[in-house]
Amino acid sequence: MEIAFYLSAAVAVISTLLAVTNVNPVHALLYLIVSLLAVAMVFFAIGAPFAGALEIIVYAGAIMVLFVFAIMMLIPGKEETGPDPRRPVRLLAIPFGALLLLEVLLMVVARPAHPGGRVRAAGGVQAIGRLLFTDYLFPFELTSVLLLAALVGVLALAKRGAGAGAAAGSPSGRIQGALDAAGQAAGGGSSGPAAAGRAAARPELTEPPRQGRDPAR
Amino acid sequence: MVPGSYYTGLSAVLFAIGAVGVIVRRDPLVIFMSIEVMLNAANLALVAFGAQFGNAEGQVLVFFVMTVAAAEVAVGLAIIVAIFRLRRRLSVDDLSAMRW
Repeated sequence: MEIAFYLSAAVAVISTLLAVTNVNPVHALLYLIVSLLAVAMVFFAIGAPFAGALEIIVYAGAIMVLFVFAIMMLIPGKEETGPDPRRPVRLLAIPFGALLLLEVLLMVVARPAHPGGRVRAAGGVQAIGRLLFTDYLFPFELTSVLLLAALVGVLALAKRGAGAGAAAGSPSGRIQGALDAAGQAAGGGSSGPAAAGRAAARPELTEPPRQGRDPAR
Repeated sequence: MVPGSYYTGLSAVLFAIGAVGVIVRRDPLVIFMSIEVMLNAANLALVAFGAQFGNAEGQVLVFFVMTVAAAEVAVGLAIIVAIFRLRRRLSVDDLSAMRW
């Protein structure tokens, strides 16, 4: 288990560094997924299978998919055609994948040598479930309220952005129509004469997007 | 067996990388990823301490941290998408005003 810890710790640190320093958000996201998987391996090596499984399912699964959706909405993708300009970088995937595979094999092979009798019993799923539904029952219920609040909040945010075109004509949608007139004018959307007049009344809203000096884009 | 301080050290290194990412980067998406890295480092410390003292409460706390992280990411990404619709440009340098 020691080798598994050291290997996955090295993978975690390197891939996290690459994720933070990478200019391309998509590449950063992929490195972050590798980092999360490596941390999950560390959890398994510590002897916390519940946290490891949760890490893979929730972080590497759900949260990263959210990031992928956001990147898809924000950045129009470039087609991958022509010769690959970053071939040596991309070949790094092979040693990384081999390293993780080696860890899995090590953990599978090393299991009989380490009978898990130590403190492992305390970190089992059964003990966690019992704690969650006895001592931590109130926080556990609060998490459902928190998730519901996040769901409602995200729906409200998304609806204000998408429903502005329909709401621009009605008096009740005046504020959000004015707020979104800039986005629709810049995006080339047809938002009707009312919204266009409102946008003209606030010329600073219709200013075309500046060409950024930002190297990150 | 690996000493317990190594887990804490790895957690500290990951947390430092995440903190530097939050400070240095300008793309809000990457800043969010760095926040995830920091939360993840905290999770690692919780699991390591829980295993060290032989109780399961560390992993229970990890469960709560992950729930909060999921909610935070959902709301944060929705805000980023809304800002992008408004500005057509993503850089935290532009976002210095609370309202305009």
